[in-house]
Amino acid sequence: MIESINLSLVDWSRAQFALTAIYHWLFVPLTLGLTFIIAIMESIYVKTGNEEWKRLTKFWMKLFGINFAIGVATGIILEFEFGTNWSNYSWFVGDIFGAPLAIEGIMAFFLESTFIAVMFFGWNKVSKKFHLLSTWLVAIGSNLSALWILVANAWMQNPVGMHFNPETARSEMLNFWEVLFSPVAMNKFLHTISSSYVVASIFVIAVSAWYLLKKREQLFAKKSIIVAATFGLLASMFVAMTGDGSAYQVAQKQPVKLAAMEGLYDGKNGAGLVAFGILNSKAKAEAGDPFLFKIEIPKLLSLLSYRNMDAFVPGLNDLVNGNEENKIISTDKKIEKGKIAISALAAFKEAKKLKDLAKQDSTRKVFEANYQYIGYGYLNNAKDILPSMHATFYSFHFMVILGLYFILFFIVILWLSFKSKIENKRFWLKAALWALPLSFIASHLGWILAEVGRQPWAIQDLLPTSVATSHLETSTVQITFFLFAILFTALLIAEIKIMLKQIKLGPKGGDNV
Amino acid sequence: MKNKNIIYRIYQMYYDGFKNMTIGKNLWIIIFIKLFIIFIVLKLIFFPNFLNSKFTTDKEKSDYVIEQLTKNK
Repeated sequence: MIESINLSLVDWSRAQFALTAIYHWLFVPLTLGLTFIIAIMESIYVKTGNEEWKRLTKFWMKLFGINFAIGVATGIILEFEFGTNWSNYSWFVGDIFGAPLAIEGIMAFFLESTFIAVMFFGWNKVSKKFHLLSTWLVAIGSNLSALWILVANAWMQNPVGMHFNPETARSEMLNFWEVLFSPVAMNKFLHTISSSYVVASIFVIAVSAWYLLKKREQLFAKKSIIVAATFGLLASMFVAMTGDGSAYQVAQKQPVKLAAMEGLYDGKNGAGLVAFGILNSKAKAEAGDPFLFKIEIPKLLSLLSYRNMDAFVPGLNDLVNGNEENKIISTDKKIEKGKIAISALAAFKEAKKLKDLAKQDSTRKVFEANYQYIGYGYLNNAKDILPSMHATFYSFHFMVILGLYFILFFIVILWLSFKSKIENKRFWLKAALWALPLSFIASHLGWILAEVGRQPWAIQDLLPTSVATSHLETSTVQITFFLFAILFTALLIAEIKIMLKQIKLGPKGGDNV
Repeated sequence: MKNKNIIYRIYQMYYDGFKNMTIGKNLWIIIFIKLFIIFIVLKLIFFPNFLNSKFTTDKEKSDYVIEQLTKNK
């Protein structure tokens, strides 16, 4: 099968999806995080009655509104791409995405759209408490919207709670709760939203730091910094905790991704965690020398991956060639089983056409016995299961380094806020400005790790990316790629220009949105 | 006279909200242009649903996808 696929089409389709997702994700973290920061500020206002907190709430709400307006509906393009560029995949996932995406649509519409109006237009029109409730519901609603999208993504990384129907070539949901509450989905959801809170907290600190550097709005900025740094510190520690949970799930469900994250070619008991390293070329790595340089913490990878310091962590070579001692089946064997599943599916379809019940029954049994390896049947050789080592390794390590830096950053900012005059600490105020692009980079590195690291799979072990695409003209995908690049760049420029204008005007720029 | 009807109060909230918008007016223009581009230009011209545009019934679609999944095997 894979020989007949136009790789250029697959690459362009992937590039287009990546471009759309990356741009979309520039808007989402601020929406997810700013709503909670605004809700906390408004809660302080309602509790204390201090009008300064109302002013803070309204200013950040205005910036949230700009981001929300520019970002809204940019994610819908991803759904268009599923239907057009990834039609085999869309049909294959069947009902699984239907329920979460429908719930997401309904929740987004009713919760966000209803209460967001009260949030912006309801000042002095509804009671303080109802307004506060609306703000919290916008925060909760937007985060719950993210839940359903992330559940769908997690299912692609760990397809559970389903059954593939060979008669329709569609996955059918057997257990909604298993899909929703799979540990992969829960960790992914919590890790993603908490990392978005970090981005939003840094955004608030960076804008406030700019005011302090300009010696403007000092009280306003310092109050904003205290709320954002406290929220950000709690969120960043939660990011570390859920990151550990996510890596543990990767070790269980996507061991190839874990090995690529750590540059581990040969598995070992008591494997060390590479805190940082520089990878050698592919040729040298395959010859047994994967690192030019590395700093390793002994036994930590085994501990984090299997909660046991002496556990065996399989390397890429074990996963490709198999390891009998540790009961790891070779990829060649999986390819063989995958090809049996594909042949059985074809034979089942033929028997169905001929109305041969006995053959239908026997081929279905063969298919079901080998179905879990069906995706491997489309691979040409065992090494096709390996993702890009450099992209996976570096995205993971830079993400973790930045995540740890943010914890330190929030601690320092909070300490300076409480113990001394932060407005005089120009080094840290400038560091806060630099932290803003770094937070977006860290957030995107997380997605690059998740999505590049799971290649070649569109659905883990079941459907390779190359088989998931529609048979379109490559030029069509190229045209829409550049159309999206223009559209999203225009939106991003509009967002930055409008946002900067409002920031320059500051909280004195008027109350109305 | 103050009208206490809930429907009227909701209407008034939206009416006053939209009327007093400052930056929001520009944002709505951006939203409408964006939605037009996404749903009219992109969806209708560049993003037809691949299977829906070629087949009418679910059986035809599943036959096609099974063929895609099994050909050359």
